[in-house]
Amino acid sequence: MLQALRVIRIGWLLQLKTMARSGFDILTVIVTPITYASIAFFLYRRGGGAETLLWVSLGAAFMGLWASTLWGAGNNIQRQRSQQTLEFAIAAPTPFLVSLIGTSLASSTVGLYSLVATLAWGRLLFDVPLELEHPILFALSLPAAVLSLALLGIVMAATLILYRYAWALANMLEYPVWLAAGLLAPIALLPGWVHPISYALAPTWGAKAVRESVLGGSPLIAIGVCLALAAIYLVIGFFFVQNFERLARQRATLALS
Amino acid sequence: MTAARIFVVGGVLSYRALFNWMRPFVYVPTMLGSPLFQILFFAYIGRASGVESDAFFVVGNAVQVSAMAGIFGVAMTVGGERWTQTLSLVLVSPANRFALFLGRALPLIVNGFILSSFGFVVGLALLDFELEPSVVPALAACVLVTTASCTAFGFIIGSVGLYAREIFVAANLAYIGLLLFCGVNVPLDELPAWMRAISEVLPLTHGIEAARLVAAGASLGSVDGLILREFLAGAGYALAAYALFRSFEAAGRRTASFDNY
Repeated sequence: MLQALRVIRIGWLLQLKTMARSGFDILTVIVTPITYASIAFFLYRRGGGAETLLWVSLGAAFMGLWASTLWGAGNNIQRQRSQQTLEFAIAAPTPFLVSLIGTSLASSTVGLYSLVATLAWGRLLFDVPLELEHPILFALSLPAAVLSLALLGIVMAATLILYRYAWALANMLEYPVWLAAGLLAPIALLPGWVHPISYALAPTWGAKAVRESVLGGSPLIAIGVCLALAAIYLVIGFFFVQNFERLARQRATLALS
Repeated sequence: MTAARIFVVGGVLSYRALFNWMRPFVYVPTMLGSPLFQILFFAYIGRASGVESDAFFVVGNAVQVSAMAGIFGVAMTVGGERWTQTLSLVLVSPANRFALFLGRALPLIVNGFILSSFGFVVGLALLDFELEPSVVPALAACVLVTTASCTAFGFIIGSVGLYAREIFVAANLAYIGLLLFCGVNVPLDELPAWMRAISEVLPLTHGIEAARLVAAGASLGSVDGLILREFLAGAGYALAAYALFRSFEAAGRRTASFDNY
């Protein structure tokens, strides 16, 4: 257990350093959320009050968080493939799932910047107020959201072990999740058949937890759902990694990039 | 004859290599998935904010997604050559640079046009958007000029990629910049004056405006000024991109930077 935690910590730290050296990663994290937030502010400010703008601001922050998680999930394994290190990572005695947790957590952690940047951007340029209704629950909701997003990232990353083109499909998942999770338009506006998908997604509950802790409400339920979803994603991730790793070994596709 | 072969064969191979020789079942959803959800995403924001109708977002985004091919396609063409270590081989060859340049642009313009067309189909099928069949040829003309203009803009970024490694950073910045500045989702009169001034010299702005008018029933003749401005912007970007291409090629040779990745 201690060894697993050590691998997670080192994986998290190394991934953070790697992302800090990548211009693309830095730009994705810095510019993307404030651009989308600006579009949303321009659209909502005509008819929306201060509370609506804050709701929008928090949604835009989660867009950045999800983009960072998705980018990390889609590219960590792809990067290891092209650098020819994936086989070593999988052959190592440490379960591959454990090293995936560290790197995925790092991508989501970096995405936390989006929250700060978007709120500051809204405050400075669009006069969006920022008063926390439940500061302690806000502090609890953030790690719960990051954890659940990171573990959802692992479920997606696991498919990359077997399918080397899955990164292309993963990159496509930015808008659908932003939409289904109700980050800038309420879920109630979406067709009924989308709702079950929305409720199975970590960003839906992460955004709900943060919004209710900032704007008022009962964020504890959403925080609880985030943690429950994180546990479910972990089980699915474990199952996926086990099976995809076995199949990739059988088909000898790990080294293909 | 050799230049024509470089134009056709080089262009087709370069286009195929863009997608790493993917199988169609991966390639098609990859190419069409993003535009589909981008249009739906912004149309639903429009509905929630009550700012504009579905038609506003469908036309804006359907035209803008052509930039995906124009900007990312070009960035991936140059970045991909660098990654596969073939950039120096291409540039050391005596191939006609204009044929090389144009051969890589044409498939991307066709690709962008297909993406835009798909965007309109998404709007017609899934959102409250209607289009009179009689306006389709004029709309196609608007989209074609705008797609070419975006691809020319993309080549400026592609040319920078001959010299700089992080070309995808520039491509990403350009793509989301267009989304914010060009009236794709935010009506131009909602933007501050300095942003409107920038939008005037960017590709897309006039093409989208023309496409919106045409989709609402205006004739091609009534938007010819807008289309001309879009065309001139594209021509300006193409010339600048070609000049940059040659200049960065020379700089890349001098600093031996083609193989850095």
